[in-house]
Amino acid sequence: MADLFDDYPAGPAWDEMIGPDGDVHAAYRNVHAALAQLSDGDLRARADTLARSYLTQGVTFDFAGEERPFPLDVVPRVIAGDEWEHVAPGVQQRVRALEAFLADVYGPQKAVADGVVPRSVVVSSTHFHRAARGIEPPNGVRVHVSGIDLVRDSLGGWRVLEDNVRVPSGVSYVLSNRRAMAQTFPELFATLRIRPVVDYSRRLLAALIAAAPAGVDDPTVVVLTPGVYNSAYFEHTLLARTMGVELVEGRDLYCAGGRVWMRTTQGRRRVDVIYRRVDDEFLDPVTFRSDSLLGCPGLMTCARLGTVTLANAVGNGVADDKLLYTYVPDLIRYHLGEEPILPNVDTWRLEDPRALAEVLDRLDELVVKPVDGSGGKGLVVGPKASRAELDALRARLREDPRGWIAQPVVQLSTVPTLVEDGLRPRHVDLRPFAVNDGDAVYVLPGGLTRVALPEGQLVVNSSQGGGSKDTWVLGGRVPRRSQHQGQQQPQRVAQDAAVPIDSSPQDARVQVMQQQQQRATGGATC
Amino acid sequence: MLSRIAESLFWIGRYVERADDTARLLDVHVQILLEDPWAEEDAACRSLLSVMDRPAPPPDVEVGREHVLDVLAYDRFSPSAIAGALVAARENARRAREIVSTELWECLNATWNQLPTHMRPTRPHDYFTWVRERAAIVAGIMDGTTSRDETWSFMVLGRSIERADMTARLLTTRALAGSAGPGWTTLLRSCGAHEAFLRTYRGTAPDERAAGFLLLDRLFPRSIVSALNQAEACLTALEPVADRAGIDDARRHLGHVRSNLEYRPLMEILDDLPREMELVQRACSAASDSVRGRYFPSGAELTWVGEAL
Repeated sequence: MADLFDDYPAGPAWDEMIGPDGDVHAAYRNVHAALAQLSDGDLRARADTLARSYLTQGVTFDFAGEERPFPLDVVPRVIAGDEWEHVAPGVQQRVRALEAFLADVYGPQKAVADGVVPRSVVVSSTHFHRAARGIEPPNGVRVHVSGIDLVRDSLGGWRVLEDNVRVPSGVSYVLSNRRAMAQTFPELFATLRIRPVVDYSRRLLAALIAAAPAGVDDPTVVVLTPGVYNSAYFEHTLLARTMGVELVEGRDLYCAGGRVWMRTTQGRRRVDVIYRRVDDEFLDPVTFRSDSLLGCPGLMTCARLGTVTLANAVGNGVADDKLLYTYVPDLIRYHLGEEPILPNVDTWRLEDPRALAEVLDRLDELVVKPVDGSGGKGLVVGPKASRAELDALRARLREDPRGWIAQPVVQLSTVPTLVEDGLRPRHVDLRPFAVNDGDAVYVLPGGLTRVALPEGQLVVNSSQGGGSKDTWVLGGRVPRRSQHQGQQQPQRVAQDAAVPIDSSPQDARVQVMQQQQQRATGGATC
Repeated sequence: MLSRIAESLFWIGRYVERADDTARLLDVHVQILLEDPWAEEDAACRSLLSVMDRPAPPPDVEVGREHVLDVLAYDRFSPSAIAGALVAARENARRAREIVSTELWECLNATWNQLPTHMRPTRPHDYFTWVRERAAIVAGIMDGTTSRDETWSFMVLGRSIERADMTARLLTTRALAGSAGPGWTTLLRSCGAHEAFLRTYRGTAPDERAAGFLLLDRLFPRSIVSALNQAEACLTALEPVADRAGIDDARRHLGHVRSNLEYRPLMEILDDLPREMELVQRACSAASDSVRGRYFPSGAELTWVGEAL
């Protein structure tokens, strides 16, 4: 019988499911076996179900004015439990180091004084905000939520591609992917022990409450969204909904008396923690862009007074600047005294004239990225670019070397993905999400796997035609559940204590008649 | 109104609500078995069967999802399974055809007609969603096309009694399975109450709050107390209290169990949840019997006893 994987080609990169000699890697064995049983039609039927479920839920993105379901691939990405035990601590370490760096850079700047990071790198970052200096977060946390982008290179080793500590998005896809997949592949969930992700919202709310200004007993947490036209609006509503907090827009807030308030039908209500999904520049027209309608005038003043906590903190962008990225391994050694668990991708700092010369020379084999970009914007993949593009790029690099970094083309690992021709290897990355509540950094098991759907494409962002995959981390301990005292043991009820379910006496008569008829014909009831 | 018609209306209310609630209950349990890698399928299914008053297979037989679904979701012949309840609701509507609005009849009849095509889909969730949607349409048509007279009161009375009963059963599944069962969050979600709960208490509320919400909340329509209140209101609408003292049987059963829940500390109820929920179920059953005795006396009960005169 023809198998879905029969004509699966060996890709140029390391494939996570199928090795070069055709053997299936251990973590994927169950998934592979289950998929191999399906016919192409079955698999496509399931893919349709997934897409339909996304349309109903409204997990869509705007594509040329039309609402399309966010592409969720039917083949999950699987990470073995022991592998995750390597990745998660690496992410935690990275977050702790960036946290320490931010506290330092908006404070004593010891790392600069000690020569770990050049002052020029810090102050020339577009996201280094002097306005953020002196705002002390109540529990010392600036990076409440972060997404660290990881890739697996051709040898299967994990590397950090970039850090996101401003407003990392995508976690809503992790949550809704899991729901949709569980309903579409019940049999796989039954056989595999997949670590659940539902805990995220609770952890996030706990972290936000922990970050409330001191002395506030029952803090009011809100999610601040730019509004319904934002591409991540679905995520904002999902987070607010699952945390049970208000989703506010800038116009719902106002500052008075050194505090932030929101307008409600019951009059004004104090706001203590704002999980803001609005970029720094738009947050407060008084401090930043004066034409911003998305923020709330006076927010920064209130933050400085310590009456409101902004999460993530303003000015975090200096830590995910792509040039600073090259210094993060040193920062881990400096601030934490540890060796980095997850290595960086090799990067040329173009400020160094020798590096610039080398990069300009080899531009057609490198990837060049703007340091403050996100979502794959402005990124140029050398081998794919035309001569004219490269020439234009050369001029821009010479003009503004601080604005760019260059990296070798990393052959991202591939995972089988359903495309028109069937299952084909497509490149993926991984964005694990971490929540810092001040005591510990919680890493959501799995994270968002983005997949580049066009063949050979290495840019996985959804704005560049990317989709996503549900990410399954296998195994692990049985979680300890919160329990009400006296209910640790299942309570038993004797069979005779079960209360019968009534039915209308008239129907009962009909039922007996029908059963008698059934028995007469020898049919079984269920 | 004819007693027979009233009885049919009462049972339409109950059956449709039963289909709805059973679908919700099964949906959450099937989902739990799928999503929670540490769930013990056999134990969970057995406790579910016992809560729904179904005989469990002998101990040496592994009870799985399929069995539970066969018995509780797809059995067309038992009015306490989803399919059976929908069939029975349609039968009752047929008996009261001249009273129920055409829209309501067509809706119930269409549900019955579509039933075979929706049974046993690849994803049980689709079936449950369909059942919930049909129940919502029935409720909406009832709400929009029924005058608020006896017709309405009997249907809503049936619906409210059933709702209290089924919510009690749902809460029992939690207690029976102990830590292996669905979390309170899941139970709230199955009643469509999760978001209402989060908005009321924020995301960090402890488990007791969630239990309290489903047991005692006066504003959320699926809580036990709210459903019992609604049932009492219907009884009052049917027959306002005229006596200076005393109360009729149906109201006594419902009022007694409702005050028992409302006027006791929550922790005390939670300590013996299965027992308390059994009381609710028994009260609902007794109230249902009293309603039958009072409003739908059947011919068989008229017997002549000579000596008593």
